Amino acid sequence: MAENVVPRVRVPRDASAGESVSVRTLISHPMESGARRGSDGNLIPRSIINRFTCEFNGEMVIDVTIEPSVSTNPYFQFDAVVNETGTFAFTWYDDDGSVYTDTADITVA
Amino acid sequence: MTQTRRQFVGSGLAVAAAFFGLPHIASAAQLDEAIAAFTGGSDMANDGITLIAPEIAENGNTVPIEVDAPGAAAIMLLAAGNPNADVCTFNFGPAAGSHLAATRIRLAGEQDVIAIARMPDGTFKQARQTVRVTIGGCGG
Amino acid sequence: MTRKALLGGASAAIIAALAAGVGLADIRTGDSLVINGEIEIITETAPPEHLAGVFNTIYSGWVFRTDETRAMQADDFDNPGMLYVEQGIEAFNTAMGTEGNSCASCHENPESLADVRSTYPQWDEAHGEVQTVEMQVLECQTERMGVAEPYGYDSQQMRNMVALIASVGRGQLVNVAMDGPASEAWELGREIYYTQYGQMELSCAQCHENNYGNLIRADHLSQGQINGFPTYRLKNANIVSVHGRFRGCIRDTRGEPYAIGSPEFVALELYVASRGNGLTVEGPAVRN
Repeated sequence: MAENVVPRVRVPRDASAGESVSVRTLISHPMESGARRGSDGNLIPRSIINRFTCEFNGEMVIDVTIEPSVSTNPYFQFDAVVNETGTFAFTWYDDDGSVYTDTADITVA
Repeated sequence: MTQTRRQFVGSGLAVAAAFFGLPHIASAAQLDEAIAAFTGGSDMANDGITLIAPEIAENGNTVPIEVDAPGAAAIMLLAAGNPNADVCTFNFGPAAGSHLAATRIRLAGEQDVIAIARMPDGTFKQARQTVRVTIGGCGG
Repeated sequence: MTRKALLGGASAAIIAALAAGVGLADIRTGDSLVINGEIEIITETAPPEHLAGVFNTIYSGWVFRTDETRAMQADDFDNPGMLYVEQGIEAFNTAMGTEGNSCASCHENPESLADVRSTYPQWDEAHGEVQTVEMQVLECQTERMGVAEPYGYDSQQMRNMVALIASVGRGQLVNVAMDGPASEAWELGREIYYTQYGQMELSCAQCHENNYGNLIRADHLSQGQINGFPTYRLKNANIVSVHGRFRGCIRDTRGEPYAIGSPEFVALELYVASRGNGLTVEGPAVRN
């Protein structure tokens, strides 16, 4: 199981109604591809984040299907449109069944 | 039996390849399959999608990639020369503020990066760019 | 021809292939780096006095990297090295050892250590030796905190802690003392810098003083400055220590490296750090 998996997100604190805001996310994770061999010569089993989603007030912003070709510490940047004050909910799904979540609030004036 | 230096080096490489298990590189068939799974074999337009990738990546471990296809429902990223060509697929929801996404990907050597956008009307657009991956001078 | 001469001839050919002289032709100088829009980094400046006549300008390793790699260091969110700094912060606030203290018990917060990275290695009067930041951390753990199993010199935990200490000192002018009691170690470091190692018979200077900016295979040689350490290397997808990098360089000469934490590497670190006096602390920098 991956250790020290810590999600980080960055969204602006406030925005105007209907504005498109930039969202950045990063999660510390080795993204073990399953194609590498360990010092004992055996394949290291695949262990990756295979899906990431971002919702705003329950509405989907982006849903990403992820393969082993995404780098260690997966990083995503995208835009979300915000019409009202609310909360972003971020979810990362690990091969091992673990689910990591984070949230971020934004105030719409 | 005498063996030339070249034969010796060649056999050494073959042994090394067998021992270390050189990465299996995606066949053209695997790439075609991955694309067909996404497009259903439809024709693809070459406009309306922008792929931003470095011409030269300093290391294949972490290559920044950005795709933008205004109006797209989903964008699939592929690395034609990786052991598995699929990289990731961005599915945009109703709260998406644009149809742009950026990430960092692994590239096993110089190859084409391909982005394919699926539009809401069922048509497809593609962009492709060759990325050279620097072979570092120092393993240190 | 002797075997030694053959090897010497080979290494001479390699250096010739690097092309004689310094080639900054395809390096874009003159750009500035501001981290998070607020921390100003000096990436090129006049050399310290002891390098007058050697360099006209000293350059941070940042200058030798591509736009993409440079950009990753300009914002802490984009810099993967900051993930390790965060782990360092957690360790900083966690009690360890029989005394029940954390780093924060004495040092309050990491920012109180802002002056450390820029002035280390430095002479430690009580121990009668030049100490690196790592040695200082170990001293705290073993002499003041009662930690039975202190961090390994090059362990992930140690690199995290040193990255934290560097990060709070970013933007500070590197200013290590090379005179007084430190001069002996500095002289040793200088001697090591100009000594040819390994089957390739390469010294630090042959690549990083005589050939910076030139290509070694498809990679641009830097001046070998260490103001960005611990450095996040794309190659390792992790942060790398100064001594870890020294070891890698000597190994690449096909030589037998000194041990990590050895007096030789401490001396070399002091000397190489002094070659960057006038640059600013950047750790964790992002490099290839």
